[in-house]
Parts: sequence; structure tokens; C-alpha cells
Amino acid sequence: MEVVSLFDDVKRMNKRQFLYQVLSFGMIVSSALMIWKGLMVVTGSESPIVVVLSGSMEPAFHRGDLLFLTNYPEEPVRVGEIVVFKVAGRDIPIVHRVLKLHEKENGTIKFLTKGDNNSVDDRGLYAAGQLWLTKDDVVGRARGFLPYVGMVTIMMNEYPNFKIGVLACLAFYVLIHRE
Amino acid sequence: MHSFLQRGNALLAYTLSVLACLTFACFISTVFLNYRTDVDISTVRIVLKNIPDYSASREENDLGFLTFDLQTDLKHLFNWNVKQLFVYLTAEYETPNNKLNQVVLWDKIILREENAKLDFKNINTKYYFWDDGNGLKGNKNITLTLSWNIIPNAGFLPNIFAQGSHSFKFPAEYTTSRI
Repeated sequence: MEVVSLFDDVKRMNKRQFLYQVLSFGMIVSSALMIWKGLMVVTGSESPIVVVLSGSMEPAFHRGDLLFLTNYPEEPVRVGEIVVFKVAGRDIPIVHRVLKLHEKENGTIKFLTKGDNNSVDDRGLYAAGQLWLTKDDVVGRARGFLPYVGMVTIMMNEYPNFKIGVLACLAFYVLIHRE
Repeated sequence: MHSFLQRGNALLAYTLSVLACLTFACFISTVFLNYRTDVDISTVRIVLKNIPDYSASREENDLGFLTFDLQTDLKHLFNWNVKQLFVYLTAEYETPNNKLNQVVLWDKIILREENAKLDFKNINTKYYFWDDGNGLKGNKNITLTLSWNIIPNAGFLPNIFAQGSHSFKFPAEYTTSRI
């Protein structure tokens, strides 16, 4: 019964209406992309929202928490801030706190980070021979925090079938239902 | 009539929107609070050495040792949107090498209001006070400040400076004896 009623909508649609549904699906996808790119412009960060993947900042951040980043060039990096940085040879950016910072006369900085839950600083995590991070390594500074929400993306990344299932269901729902 | 799926969908959507509203209310109710407060810091013992920094460049760098007193009461900073305080003591100074140096000497994670009254006498630093070169010798103005990073349940992640700091100078000679 239910399945039949689900497809009833589709049956009653003509070709134009069906095309319209496809277009509105495309609108959803492209507006999501626009919001993401727009956030990149507004925050100055190449990745304005990140999901915490490890427990190295516990008890502040747990796995699955969401962080909102900004990366304005005029705002200097200072000690005690939580920065998200990339290290050569590692795909996943790291979220840690600045422990030490030295700034030269001409404004160039070098700094060292440490995770709140780690007992040693991050020199062991950096690329071989790298002692300091610089401004270029920074993806963003953590400005806002939202708990648990990132769990969805972690699940999707760990169980690809779940991701495919969710996306397929959403696409199906959007295409089939008439507004 | 409404199918099982439709009912479930409505219930889930409603639950999520209520949770989102509550989270936002929690955030907005604390966003304008003033989290500054007074602190008393003083140094007890100051020793300066010049030894190779094997954790970094292996060059001989200045290494300061100090013990300090710290008194402050952070109890009133806690409210329903404070999950954790990350309290840290920063040494800030200028050297011929660098216009600005910031080194975190000590930090503490406070999760509960009961533990937020700090009264330490003559305690050691948690991290080594390595300079980036030889700028500590005879340095006349090292400023110790206390700051805290507030980790909320949801919201901004402000870094607050305490009111009150302590300045001291390093001796003009290195200590060569064991300490």
C-alpha cells in the first residue's frame, strides 16, 4: 500500500513536473555548495567548519564536535588560541592549542602547539625536521563550538554504505514528492 | 492519512528544531557576560641557565626556571554554558631577536566550580621556559599574565585576560651550578 502511494505522486506528474523536481533537487545541491563557498569568503578560512576527529583536546572537544573557524589575516595568532593546521604528509588537519610563539619585527611568526590531552608538544606530529608552524600552515582559528553535530559526518565517513543509503534516500524523497 | 514514515519524520524534525532552539537560547543567554576578574601573580625564585635545547635546534638557548605564587577566584565565571575553563599563565617579553615572544609556562583545566578557587604557593612551571635564542639574559621586563579560554556547551570560545599581571627581570649572569 505504502509503496504504491509513494509512487502515486510520480504517476500523477507529467514530464514537465518531473523535470521541475529534478531541477529543484539540483537547486538544493548547488545552494549547499554556495553556502559553503560563501562561508569560505566570509571567514577567510579554506575550511570554515571542521569536525573534531580525535580525543587530543579532551575534555574540551570530543570526537564529533563541530568547530567554526575564522582566519582573518589582520587578526594575529596568539598563545592560548586553538588553531587548526595542516602538516605536510598528513591529510587530516589537526586542532591544537598554541603553546609558544615568537614574532619577528617584520611580522613573521613561528609557533608551537600542543593538544590539551597530550602530555608533550606537537613536534613529534610535525613533518620530519619541522620545529615550528608558521602562518601558512594555519587553516583557521576556532571561534565557535557546537557539540555532537559532527557525529553524522563521522558515521558517514566510517560506514560508506550508510552514506550512500542516506544520500539515496534524500535524493529519492526530493525527486518523488511534489511540493 | 499519515503513514508511519510521515509521523516519524515529523517527530524527528520537531525534536531537532526544539533542541536547536534550546541550544541557541543557551548560547544567547551567556554571550554578553563579562568574564574578566582579578588575579594576583608573583614570582618566588628565578634562575637562568644556558644549555643546548635538544628538543629543538640543539643550539645553546636561554632556559629560565621560576617558581610562582598565584591567587584568584574563578568560581563566578561558571554558568550553565561553561563546560570548561582552560587557565594558562603566559610569559610575554621582547628580545633583540623577536619583537614579541609568548611562552605558556603553566596551564590547568577546570571542569567544576568547586575547583575554581586557585591558591598556589611557590609552584613550579609545567613547561620549560626556553627562549628562541639568548634573549632572557639580563632581560628587564618579562610580564606574566593569566588568561582563560572558556569552552562553552555551545557558543563562542573567548580568550579572556585577567586583570593584574606581574613583571620581573632575569639575572645578568647564568647559573652554572646544578639547581
